[in-house]
Amino acid sequence: MSAWEVVIGLETHVQLQTRSKMFSAASTAFGAEPNTQAHPVDLALPGILPVPNREAVACGVRFGLAVGGQVGLTSRYDRKNYFYPDLPKGYQITQMDHPIVLGGSLTVMVPGASGPEPFTVQLTRAHLEEDAGKSVHEGLEGLPQGCSGIDLNRAGTPLLEIVTEPVMRSAAQAVAYARALHALVRWIGICDGNLQEGSFRVDANVSVRPRGQEAFGTRCEIKNLNSFRFLERAIQVEAARQVALIEDGGVVVQQTRLFDPDADETRAMRSKEDAMDYRYFPDPDLPLVVISQDWVDQLRAGMPELPAALRERLVGELGLSAADASAMTADRATAEYFQQAVAQLPGPAAAKQIANLMQGELASALNREGLEVQASPVTPTQLSGLAARILDGTISSKIAKEVFAALWSGEAQTADGVIDARGLRQIQDSGLIDALVAEVLAANPKMVEEFRGGKDKALNALVGQVMKKSQGKVNPQAATDALRAAIGSPTAG
Amino acid sequence: MSGAMIRSLRSLRQLLDSRQVSVRELAEQSLARCEAQTLGAVVSLDRAASLRQADAAQETINRGQAGPLTGIPLLHKDVFVTRDWPTTAGSRMLLGYRSPFDAEAVARLQTAGMVCVGKANCDEFAMGSANQHSVHGAARNPWAPEHVPGGSSGGSAAAVAAGLVPAATGTDTGGSVRQPAALCGITGFKPTYGRISRYGMVAYASSLDQAGPMAESAEDCALLYAAMAGHDPKDATSLELPAPDSAESLLAWRPAGSSESAPLKGLRIGLPEEYFGAGLAPDVRQVVESAIQRLRDLGAETVPVSLPRTELSIPAYYVIAPAEASSNLSRYDGVRYGHRAENPRDLADLYARSRTEGFGEEVRRRILIGTFVLSHGYFDAYYLQAQRVRRLVAEDFAQAFTHCDLLAGPVAPTVARRIDAGASQDPLAEYLSDIFTLGVSLAGLPAISVPAGFSTAAGPSLPVGLQLIGPRFEEGRVLSVAQVFQQATGFHRQQPGLDGGAA
Repeated sequence: MSAWEVVIGLETHVQLQTRSKMFSAASTAFGAEPNTQAHPVDLALPGILPVPNREAVACGVRFGLAVGGQVGLTSRYDRKNYFYPDLPKGYQITQMDHPIVLGGSLTVMVPGASGPEPFTVQLTRAHLEEDAGKSVHEGLEGLPQGCSGIDLNRAGTPLLEIVTEPVMRSAAQAVAYARALHALVRWIGICDGNLQEGSFRVDANVSVRPRGQEAFGTRCEIKNLNSFRFLERAIQVEAARQVALIEDGGVVVQQTRLFDPDADETRAMRSKEDAMDYRYFPDPDLPLVVISQDWVDQLRAGMPELPAALRERLVGELGLSAADASAMTADRATAEYFQQAVAQLPGPAAAKQIANLMQGELASALNREGLEVQASPVTPTQLSGLAARILDGTISSKIAKEVFAALWSGEAQTADGVIDARGLRQIQDSGLIDALVAEVLAANPKMVEEFRGGKDKALNALVGQVMKKSQGKVNPQAATDALRAAIGSPTAG
Repeated sequence: MSGAMIRSLRSLRQLLDSRQVSVRELAEQSLARCEAQTLGAVVSLDRAASLRQADAAQETINRGQAGPLTGIPLLHKDVFVTRDWPTTAGSRMLLGYRSPFDAEAVARLQTAGMVCVGKANCDEFAMGSANQHSVHGAARNPWAPEHVPGGSSGGSAAAVAAGLVPAATGTDTGGSVRQPAALCGITGFKPTYGRISRYGMVAYASSLDQAGPMAESAEDCALLYAAMAGHDPKDATSLELPAPDSAESLLAWRPAGSSESAPLKGLRIGLPEEYFGAGLAPDVRQVVESAIQRLRDLGAETVPVSLPRTELSIPAYYVIAPAEASSNLSRYDGVRYGHRAENPRDLADLYARSRTEGFGEEVRRRILIGTFVLSHGYFDAYYLQAQRVRRLVAEDFAQAFTHCDLLAGPVAPTVARRIDAGASQDPLAEYLSDIFTLGVSLAGLPAISVPAGFSTAAGPSLPVGLQLIGPRFEEGRVLSVAQVFQQATGFHRQQPGLDGGAA
């Protein structure tokens, strides 16, 4: 594969989180009985007309601002004409020549051999359009052989189609971009990002070329990848397929393909005309979308701090590591939780401690019970209280786990409450510590010998003994220091 | 019932308000005439539904709350969707289709108290100039039943001309309200594009379609227009201008020099030289020029103007309208409603057969033209070019209006042709006859056709219409001048006898 370079561009269809559809007042809520959320406009009944959804346009503008793109103050709806049963009008209303956003970019962290590295993906454009309905080909009771069912609930849902330049050169870069885009659209509140429900659908355009060649190879489009795992695998499998085909003397045919995860291969879509002529023309039912710079500025003012900017700030002002900053800005709810906790316990040490707790105890508990961070029974205030007690040495990290669990189950309202009730304060008294150390040394002469003989691991074992003897109440660092002091430099004899 | 039918809305209002006739009686009269007619003008009747509306209107009259239109019967062209009557748009594709909602224009007229008597015949999907392309059969001209009534709103025009109803709605995309009005000797009005909501009008060409009233006089058209017009948030192309207050205000416009003896003094009327060329039949020219002389007698001054791109409006229209239609008619695919072919082999067969069986020849022709002009490789040369020409046509009118306040001219080059002359006719010949109405549609201007006289050049005495065209948004000016003309002449009051010919 090293003789070959894979070239990837991604098109992502993002369902906008508006209450009603792009051109009708029908609800966009997921999961309703088939064809119960399709108004006459969505059914394309004779005489209906589309009316644009202002909030959907606002979502498009917010996205453009978030990626530093050029927001089109004048954009236009066009008709894309083709026949398919899930497309009631026989055309889709989209934006072809004058989209709401042009350009923009997203800088993402790509996992690499020597750690994550930044990579910037240029965007070509983002435009508004309406979703089609859903076709169900099997598994429907009462459906005669060879028939398909059409559910038009989804028809007319607002979409933002986001297109990248073909700048990605590996599946890893593509996945990193997709994940970052997913996080971003959720962050700015334009999409719920629910992959299972089809709120975020990625199509990958994949081609290969001999390394060093400037011209692009023929690309294939792999459609409707709705998990990051599938996205990665589909790209790898498709690139390999194309390379093998070319090396065998074949030619890549431009076509649309689907990824079959079970067979671990891509397949050409049945009887799809890939060179379809969509006969685009401006939709005469819709005037130009004209928005004012004032409105754009208002929308900008109402937007949250973007994750990239927030990460920079966390690293710069709070000294968080890039990895911690990334984790704390994985989504807006996490970021808000973190910021609320940090507000009550300022300083870099506190920030680090809070980040640790959030990635450790909090994350495990949330995972275990399938909760989102907003639903955490442990509040940011409680967490910062806990962090404070670790920092000031009242309790060890190990004991902190116990305190966290108690807060989680609602045993007490504050970390202090738990600590006091269970008597968990760390032993700080040096006299007590020395006494314990002496006991342990007396009881474990062999380990002492081993340590003196140069085996560092033996020290850890001794520390472990001290912890055991004190029910974990001695600060491990204090125990280690006391042990070293007691053992001293290896004495002769 | 023999003799002249009372069509004047003012007279009917007086009869209703003075209780000389009840709403039910009027409705029953209309229903009976609609049922008995042999003009192919009516395609759908529902007595129970009409009488329900009649009873509601009567209540309003009884409460002393009648408006100018309360209790007046009308027919809706069968491209306006109605909940209580099927809507077919003259097509096999929609036979039996029942809309779950009423068109906005229908709803507004119902709110104004009008009583819908049924649906009027029309050319299929409003595509035609003679009402000969309808699944329900041809419509006929009440002045001479072997002649066409014009189209596409031929049923509406014939019904009003024959006195089946005093008023009807039509739609005008390239002349389909004005031309049948002219051929049937009634008044037909098309407002500026966007004045009346298109919500619920089966779409033909979205950027050209506009609803319009058809009745005996400009005064009556003003009454309907006032009730229909005004912004509708369900139609994104509907103008956000204030709705007209009333018919009175629309009919009150007078030029600055107006006086009782010379009501049109100070009015400059432009006569486009391209509208009076070789293509205009001499008999029609004579009637139109004579009508223009009447306008001068009323005080108006005429000035020659030029609309240089008049001829180009034909190809421009017949590229743009079919293009939009080809897309608007894609929804008729046999999947969710409408005609579906039996036992389709597969999806492609379902589409092809449902649409081939459901659409008539003229509709299929225009869909093919429209698909072609939008297709890759031809789009720039045809569709884009046609849009450029459209802008030029609009500029011609704007330029002309710097020299005058109104334009006047013929509506159609000839009187109504014979129905059987259509069989041997090249489909293009029908397109060419739209030359005087297409430009107005491309430019989106308000225009009216008023009865101007008769011609016997084709045999029977057939009506000739005079067209008045105004600048954008000047509905009041157009309706007022038309009314002044009608008050001074009497052509609009003439009605055919029951067996054709003037009463």
